[in-house]
Order: sequence, then structure tokens, then C-alpha cells
Amino acid sequence: MSTLPRQSPQAYPIERIRADFPALRQQIRGKPLVYLDNAASAQKPKQVIDTLAEFYRHDFSNIHRSVHTLGERATARYEASRDTVRRFLNAAAVEEIVFVRGTTEAINLVAQSFGRSRFREGDEIVISAMEHHSNIVPWQMVCRQTGARLKVAPIDEDGALIVEEYQRLLGPRTKLVAIAHMSNALGTLNPAGELIDMAHARGIPVLLDGAQAAPHVKVDVQALDCDFYAFSGHKLYGPTGIGVLYGKRKLLEAMPPWQGGGEMIRTVTFERTEYNDLPYKFEAGTPAIAEAVGLGAAIEYIEGIGWETIAAHEHALIEYATARALEIPGLRIIGTAGEKGAILSFTLERIHPHDIGTFLDHYGIAVRAGHHCAMPVMDFFQVPATARASFGIYNTHEEVDQLMDAIREIIKVFG
Amino acid sequence: MLDELRDLYQEVVFDHNRNPRNFRVIEDADRVIEGFNPLCGDRITLYLKLDGERIADVSFQGQGCAISTASASLMTEIVKGKTIDEAEHLFQAFHKIVTGEDDDLKLEELGKLAVLAGVRQYPSRIKCATLAWHSLESALKGEEASSVSTE
Repeated sequence: MSTLPRQSPQAYPIERIRADFPALRQQIRGKPLVYLDNAASAQKPKQVIDTLAEFYRHDFSNIHRSVHTLGERATARYEASRDTVRRFLNAAAVEEIVFVRGTTEAINLVAQSFGRSRFREGDEIVISAMEHHSNIVPWQMVCRQTGARLKVAPIDEDGALIVEEYQRLLGPRTKLVAIAHMSNALGTLNPAGELIDMAHARGIPVLLDGAQAAPHVKVDVQALDCDFYAFSGHKLYGPTGIGVLYGKRKLLEAMPPWQGGGEMIRTVTFERTEYNDLPYKFEAGTPAIAEAVGLGAAIEYIEGIGWETIAAHEHALIEYATARALEIPGLRIIGTAGEKGAILSFTLERIHPHDIGTFLDHYGIAVRAGHHCAMPVMDFFQVPATARASFGIYNTHEEVDQLMDAIREIIKVFG
Repeated sequence: MLDELRDLYQEVVFDHNRNPRNFRVIEDADRVIEGFNPLCGDRITLYLKLDGERIADVSFQGQGCAISTASASLMTEIVKGKTIDEAEHLFQAFHKIVTGEDDDLKLEELGKLAVLAGVRQYPSRIKCATLAWHSLESALKGEEASSVSTE
């Protein structure tokens, strides 16, 4: 039995937090739900659910172009949420916060606007071997359009980036680095500051894919000095359909719009169109207004708990889960980097992850089984798929115990 | 084991998963086909040896979950010696039962394959059970070497 304590190291308000999440109070196949699929998407606290309902009941209208009262209220709340995001990322100005559908759209925006207008034949984009497909495919698309080439920085057996190899890839033709702040398939936390400094030493801008990191670590875009930062609302206990692209003002100003329509223009005639200012230049069409407001509520909710408190809780959980997992014969942890977020990706000898997923569901435990949209990572570790338990603010040490007990049962049944 | 899981994971499934039948390469196969389920990464290579209209030998290689391995193993057992038409008929019947398309379960017609009928309760797992059969169908209809995907 592990000697690690079976609880978080400080007085963590777990009861209060769990009570805030209505979805957690249900049974799955007769067992209390143990939700460990947070890296795919997190459940929502009633503060977010109530904000959405209350906004639709009282303040909803289209934004930015109505002189009526509801139009002004909705606009004020949408823009207040943008300022909450600015504070959340510690960005210098609200003009640097672009609302998008999610991380995927944010990366596509940079690829199609920044990339397509700047990359030339033979230019290079550096990514890493641990990227999610959404930080691979948009670059492959822009490579096909421009003749640029994709360079992939390798990872080691622990799933950590080989920093020296990464540095070696940065050359005179490198036009952009696009890299995960935290890996979804492995949990690896990349040394973002160091990677950015290395790129900046050669004048190369850096995009961080923050889809996984944003719910778990304090992000300070000015301290990191990153040029672009992308994250999604739904993994941050907020609504789906809303995400953020942060970009340094100078870069965003120089970039052409990528979608045309309403809102992104100042004047339109049939001869020419003058584009709107930042950030509206990149927000064509009616945006996800309520979802943006809901994202603001989600950020305020997790800031109310506090980053240090969350980090200590999740660190204790992953340490405990890792120790308990290592006690199980035949269990292999995929992703053992020194710096890791609260993700436990694993395989069991002779038992396919899909069978693990179906069995765990019968114990009320939700995990992800599959390639986690990171097929190159699966190829590297020579596994077709993994089972992944990913933890969040409402998970408990007891739930880790339930997971481990269920895994032992599965092994017994499969013999 | 939990009782509800018994519907899906019957003893026959465990047996064929642990010791898959016809799990080998046919060196002089007439047709070889790669089956792939991009959703879960399951891969199967199906080897087929024909004697006119009859399936003289069939085997498979690959990696997959218990359901897809057992399904492939059971399939090779049952179609060996059958004519192409008979195999096609079995595929149609099997497909209807695992997708829940046919409420009138004619399980006796399927013999041992009936153990996989429980998969109809698990929509995300149906493709696991049908991967080998889609590969077989494609091999029977198709070219000497090709590939099939469940997506």
C-alpha cells in the first residue's frame, strides 16, 4: 500500500466544490459517478450553469450594434468577460483577447492568418512529437498552401520534450514555434518559458497550445512572453463553443482577417472594405455571446478557489494515483515526465484500453480510451491506444482508490 | 465480475480473446486485406485462400480489443469451408443482429456468433465486432490487396 497521504495536503474545500457540480450527483449503472475524463471536457459548476440561464432570461440580445437596453446590457457583459479573460491571462490589453470557438479554431486562425500571409516556400514551423492533432493538422494545411515545412521536435521515453533537439531545430528558416503547454495524452508539462526564450533568441514567435494547461496552472502571458496563447472554455469548467486566442497586439495588428462578415468591418462598399479594430477584426459574425459570459463565470469560479490551492490538490492526486498505479502488476504508465499535470495515461498487459473503458463504465468510472487525438504519440510508444484518467478540482483520493480497485478487478476477470 | 457485463463479455469471448483461432499468416493467400478502426486504433490483417467459390482457408493477424479479436477469431472458424454466397449471407445476418437493426433475433442461424449479440447494447463498441466482417466482405468483393476502414 502506498505511504502517500490519502488526502490533499491542506484544508481543501472538496465538499463545497463537489456540491457545486450537479452532474457529479448521479449514479451510472447503479454506482456513484466517478468522472475522470476532465482532459476531454470538464463538468460545469452551478455558477456557470446559472449564469447561462440567467443571461438568457434577462440580458440576452445581439451585441455591439443595438442601441436598445438589452443590446447594451449584453454587450457590456460580453466585454466584461473579455476583461476577465485578460486578467486571467495577465494580458496587457483587452484588444489582445480574441474570442473563438475553442483551441482548435484559435490555432487555425493563426495558421490561416499569420501563417498563410507570411510563410514562403522552404520556411519551417517547429512543433513537437507530443502534439494533439489540432496543433498538427492546421500547420500541415498551411504548409500545403505555402510550401513551408513542418519540423517535429522529438520526445524521450518518459514523454518529455528533448530540449536540445528542439533548440537544434530552430534555424534561419523557422518562422513559428507551435507547442503544447501541457500534453493531453501524456500529461507532460513543457518548460514553456525556456522554450520561448530559445525561440526569441532567434527572433521566432511562439504559439502555446494551452488547452490542457489552462485549467491546471496559472498562465501569465507577459511573464512567459509568449506571442500567441490558445485555450478552450469547456475544459476550464466553462461552456462549449467558446475559447480564446491571445496574441500580442503588434502581431495581431499586422495579421489579415481570416473570416469575413459582420462585426469585423468598419465600412463596406462594393469596391473596398475597411476592417475593424482589434479584436473585432477576428470576430466575424455573431459570436457565442452567452458562452463568452459563461466563460467569465467559470474563470471567476476557479479563481475563487485559488491557483495554489488547486495546484496542491491536483498534485497530491496525481502523485497518489501514480503510486497506487505502480503497485498494480502489468500496468504501464505512458508519460512519466518529471513535470506533469494531473493525467494518468496507462495500458494493461493483454487488455485493450477499449475493454478497460467499458469495464470501468460499469463501475461508474468515466475515463477516455483511445488515441486521444494524438496518433503520433501512440506510434512513438508503440501502443494502439491508452486508457486515460484525468483529474480535476472535484476529484478525490477515494475516487483514485475506486479506480485502482476496479482496475484490479478487470485484471482478475481477464486472467 | 458484474452481471450486466456478462452479456457482452461471455466466456466464449474471453476464450477466443486469450486463444484466437486461425491467428496466423497464410503465405500463399489469394487475398490480403488490412482492416482499420481509426476510432480505437484496432488493426486487422485478413488472409484468404479461395478454392473457386469456396473459402478454402482464412486467417488473421493484428491487435484489437477483446470484442474485435474474438469476433475475428469466431468469424474465421465459421466461414472456413463456406461458399462466398454463404459467407455474405452470414455477414448480413450478423450485421443486423449486432447493430440492433433486426429485433427478431435468429440467433440459432448464427451459431457461436450469437455470443456477440450483446454488443448491440454498446453503440460505441459495435464497430469492434464488425471490423473483421467488413474486412472479409471487402476481401471477397475486392482486389487482391486493399484496405478497409470502419469510418
